[in-house]
Amino acid sequence: MDNERLSLPQYDIPEDIQNAVTITTLDRLYNWGRRSSVWPLMFGLACCAIEMIAAQASRYDMARFGMEVMRPTPRQADMMLVSGTVTKKMLPAIVRLYNQMPEPKYVVAMGACASGGGPFKEGYNVVAGIDKFLPVDVYIPGCPPTPQALIAGMIKLQEKIDKESIKKVRWYRKGPDTVEVPIPILGPDLIDPRRNQEIKAAAAQKATKESA
Amino acid sequence: MAAPVSTQTVDLAARFPGAVTAEARPGYAGFIVEKDKLVEVATAIRDEFGFDLLTTVTAVDYLPEDKMEVVYHAYKTTGGPGLVFRVQVPRADPIEVPSLIDVWPGVDLQEREAWDLMGIRFSGHPDLRRILMWEGYEGHPLRKDWQEPFYEEDVKPFKSRWPEGKHVMAEEKNPFRDNVKFLENFDPEKWIPENEEMLYSSLKRYTVQSEDGMSTDRIVINMGPQHPSTHGVFRAALTLEGETIVGLKPVVGYLHRNHEKIGERNTFIQNMPYTDRLDYFNSMSNNLGYAIAVEKLMKIPVAERAEYIRVIMVELSRIQNHFIFIGMLLNDLGAMYTPALYAFEERELILDIFEAVAGSRMMCNYLRFGGVVRDVPEDVMQKIKGLVFERLPAKTDEMDRLLSENEVLVARLKGVHVIDGETAIKYSVTGPVLRAAGVPYDIRRADPYSIYDRFEFDVAMRPNGDLFDNYIIRLDEIRQSLRILQQAVKQIPDGPINSQKPQYQVRVPAGEAYGRIESPKGELGYYVVSNGKPNPWRYHVRAPSFVNITCLEQMCIGTKIADFVALLGVLDIVMGELDR
Ligand code: SF4
Repeated sequence: MDNERLSLPQYDIPEDIQNAVTITTLDRLYNWGRRSSVWPLMFGLACCAIEMIAAQASRYDMARFGMEVMRPTPRQADMMLVSGTVTKKMLPAIVRLYNQMPEPKYVVAMGACASGGGPFKEGYNVVAGIDKFLPVDVYIPGCPPTPQALIAGMIKLQEKIDKESIKKVRWYRKGPDTVEVPIPILGPDLIDPRRNQEIKAAAAQKATKESA
Repeated sequence: MAAPVSTQTVDLAARFPGAVTAEARPGYAGFIVEKDKLVEVATAIRDEFGFDLLTTVTAVDYLPEDKMEVVYHAYKTTGGPGLVFRVQVPRADPIEVPSLIDVWPGVDLQEREAWDLMGIRFSGHPDLRRILMWEGYEGHPLRKDWQEPFYEEDVKPFKSRWPEGKHVMAEEKNPFRDNVKFLENFDPEKWIPENEEMLYSSLKRYTVQSEDGMSTDRIVINMGPQHPSTHGVFRAALTLEGETIVGLKPVVGYLHRNHEKIGERNTFIQNMPYTDRLDYFNSMSNNLGYAIAVEKLMKIPVAERAEYIRVIMVELSRIQNHFIFIGMLLNDLGAMYTPALYAFEERELILDIFEAVAGSRMMCNYLRFGGVVRDVPEDVMQKIKGLVFERLPAKTDEMDRLLSENEVLVARLKGVHVIDGETAIKYSVTGPVLRAAGVPYDIRRADPYSIYDRFEFDVAMRPNGDLFDNYIIRLDEIRQSLRILQQAVKQIPDGPINSQKPQYQVRVPAGEAYGRIESPKGELGYYVVSNGKPNPWRYHVRAPSFVNITCLEQMCIGTKIADFVALLGVLDIVMGELDR
């Protein structure tokens, strides 16, 4: 047990019962439990997914951080590791998976592609970064990030979880208990329903410019 | 085991006067076939001339000449050089070319790709839908007059980056401030999204009558694109009767990253790192295929030492690919993780070598035209020797002992039919799947490239074409690769590692070239057309994963859904290469 993170430093607990007694706050206990069992959604998009698998294997062993339980169903996952190029054709499926994940949920953008389009940004079927649609918690640079970089990113995520407070987290507030992102539509090109008005205006402007 | 290389020259023009003319453009080879006679000529090529394996179908848009061209590459499974033939049509819609699906069913997906990306209608194709993009997408992206939303200039390096270096975000130049474009006055609220009716109606073609008068519901289920056993974002739409598969359509394109469009903007050398990302397990082999294609065009030799280094790297890559294949196959079959962990252990050691020579574990970007980019240091060579003489042979035997006689595994794999040799050839299947079906076709022997003719090795072959043979052939191939490696590390000479000076921009004379290698997954080919400019006019990747799934439907009909996962597993697909 990782007592350092769980116990509050200002209380002196006699050494012989330190393994049995801990004085802490509810926040710390809550976060300590969550940070140590972040279950990723089992889904790989592209090349980066291979390094993700390598990080799960014996040399790097993500199990040390409680992250080895890959869940194929979004209903049981805590974290979505976007490991690779997000294409327009795949995006509706990714957003739907995100919507199906229960809170608390985190998104990690692994690699250049998921963070901003990467080497394929100019491609006609490529979304320039998953953060155009989903709220990203941690970005991991690299093409692909080495397993060490991936683990560093996971530790960053744990640090982020450590700072959350049970009083403030969004999933205990009033209102709908998950964040839903409108699912993009595959039209003549990718349509983001949140930007319908903007698209309409720009398309109309294009028409006037071309007739002028 | 390979058949003698045929020296007979094929004169199609003499056989079909009037319908076929020999290619006259400098730098090009093969024959031009009249559109109306295509099916007839193709049948003769297959039956009379014996080119039974059609590997590549692709299209080239010759915009300045106002022509579209469909290029076919046919080979003999007994070995020898190939035959290129092509059809030219005027570049005015509708562009129609007869489909060759009745001659070689393997053209199915490749013709759909040419329709999707180039807008060529193949008349007679029963199911001509878009394949990489979705139905309803605007335009045919690989046409030369089609521009992507983030279009900047025709060729790289873009002036905004070099030499001035005043880069603005691509989003800022696009009216929609994103990687999208719409026609004027487009109204997103009025758009009716496609509900994949065409896909599902193509599945309805399989109607089987129940014999005993019982009416059973046939259900359609979708596996993927997010499914733990589909190795990435592959999707299959299946029709089931009970547990039996009666219809199947692969749905791909979820990782279509526009390699070809980007590749035609890139300079020749800039494409090298992009090839790494095709089959991301084997960046070394991807590099080799591309390097061979461009070297053919440039007509340059490869430095002697570099040839050996290339073979060493590519064979190491094949070994780690097959190890991972075995681990993943066992994963799919339910032996969760343990075999895969063994496989990944060996892979890490091989990746260490790649990292030591190339600087990156996975994306090596190691080959250059005429050689390789860095030499192999002596200590790394020692490590390689340790691996190929001691560790890897021992580990292969260990894997063999661990799995091959395991009763549960054998019961699960033996006798589950994958594909027979004849069908495999018809469907343009290459690689271990073809060889496990009793056809000893390995390009390293059938049409040797690089220096493979100097090594002693056997073409692995297994006769039954069932799941077990498909598994065991991977172990055979690992052993043969080790044989090649042992000879290569002993014979490797000293000397320069590149026949050319290191250069940023290469001169490539006009012409076409098709470079192909035996990648761990099958025939990996690059079709490159140059017009003498610094970037390729056409850059096409013939990906083994993509062509191999053409026969998936054929393989799966009549089997149980539980076997689907294993059948897909033995094809060893990689989405980066499948969707490109
Ligand atoms: S960041 Fe690089 S390695 Fe990762 S998916 Fe993109 S291209 Fe592949």
